[in-house]
Amino acid sequence: MFLGSLFINRESFSTYFKLTIEECSLIGVNSIILVAIVSSFMGAVTTLQTAYNLINPLIPDYVISLVVRDMTILELAPTIIAIIFAGKVGSSMAGGLGTMRITEQIDALEVMGINSSSYLVLPKVIASILMYPLLVILAGILSIMGGYLVGSLAGIISPTDYIYGIRFDFNEFTVMFALIKSFVFAFLVSTISSYKGFYTSGGALEVGIASTQAVTTSVIAILFADYFLAQLLL
Amino acid sequence: MIEIENIHKAYNGTPILNGISGKFEQGKTNLILGASGTGKSVLLKCIVGLTQPDEGRVLYDNREFTTANKTVKTEIRREIGMLFQGGALFDSKNVEQNVMFPLDILTKMPLDEKLDRVNFCLKRVGLEDTNKKMPSEISGGMKKRVGIARAIVNSSRYLFCDEPNSGLDPQTSILIDNLIKEITEEYDITTIVVTHDMNSVMEIGDNILFLYKGNKLWEGNNQNIVDSDVEELNDFVFANKMMRGLKENS
Repeated sequence: MFLGSLFINRESFSTYFKLTIEECSLIGVNSIILVAIVSSFMGAVTTLQTAYNLINPLIPDYVISLVVRDMTILELAPTIIAIIFAGKVGSSMAGGLGTMRITEQIDALEVMGINSSSYLVLPKVIASILMYPLLVILAGILSIMGGYLVGSLAGIISPTDYIYGIRFDFNEFTVMFALIKSFVFAFLVSTISSYKGFYTSGGALEVGIASTQAVTTSVIAILFADYFLAQLLL
Repeated sequence: MIEIENIHKAYNGTPILNGISGKFEQGKTNLILGASGTGKSVLLKCIVGLTQPDEGRVLYDNREFTTANKTVKTEIRREIGMLFQGGALFDSKNVEQNVMFPLDILTKMPLDEKLDRVNFCLKRVGLEDTNKKMPSEISGGMKKRVGIARAIVNSSRYLFCDEPNSGLDPQTSILIDNLIKEITEEYDITTIVVTHDMNSVMEIGDNILFLYKGNKLWEGNNQNIVDSDVEELNDFVFANKMMRGLKENS
């Protein structure tokens, strides 16, 4: 019902366009630094730990970067960043909408004859679906680059071997799979967090509870969706 | 004119409103008066459609509102301006953007016309130089005045005020009351004010509807409220010693 209400009695296209651009900036651009830091370290640590586990001299060095590549594209970039996304963007969405609810700002929109759920939530959902896949692509690139830097600087793997491993037996579908996951996760985080915030009642305490619930529920939904998508598509 | 007929509302089986009826006339300041917890705000929410009554109907100039479809409701709502208890200004927008908001969403007015209208409304409520201030930078009284400017910017035909004096000092309260009354008369609109403030009653109460435990016990105006023989109303009106002294002396 909540999702259905987003598409009825809407305002003009230009209103939504402007709001969506603002949300893209809030959701996407403001998350770049955090995503960059997390993904670079993720790639670096994955390289170190893979090298630590591959002690057999019969296994060539390029396997390290091959493992980093597949782990990053298939799981780390879309899923771990989705959990970070739920913590940063999801809690902010729920907190913002919850505060608007308890301070009667949502009632003010309703009284003006504006479909408040559509006006406030639809741009957030669209912006998340547009921006999150871009963040995942960025995370994937930076993670692989992080692994390259640490692998080269620590003398674990030569740059040539690393690049060879990255290109070895590459299956393009893994990128498509990561993008499908990112669309699904973005939709889950934005709708769950908006729902929790939009239907907050009470005071400041309840806004905090709504934010926490938004993150918890989103993370659980991400993990379930992750499992089902892997089962379904791989 | 707004008419309400036999409004009933209950929450979890507890009745809040028991068949409230009344007429709120155009060009007059209509007050819904009562102690805390008597159902004043619930009645106001039923009138503006934020809450659906269990029974009864609301008519805006003979246009059925309660059971109307979404399109008709939206049409009527776009003629409504409302001042909320805390102002309900949008935190992310400055004063000018807050007041301009209904024009941005509901009209296709060019920007310069919108700015003229916003400046006119801000001047009308005595806030000429606050356009670029954020809601967090202005006082409670100023927030209420910005709320009034936002409520009238789209030339609303109906103005609703939910406890406009709550949290304000007596002087600012009188200023807000007089502003509401002046705007009502100047633009000939139908205004409903929910209050429990006796100063407001005496200052602007053209038509008063007194609620007690979800029932309408009395209807009148600020001239005849002191002569009422309704015990519950007298207890409410003469709750403070000064007012009681005045009553006894008269």
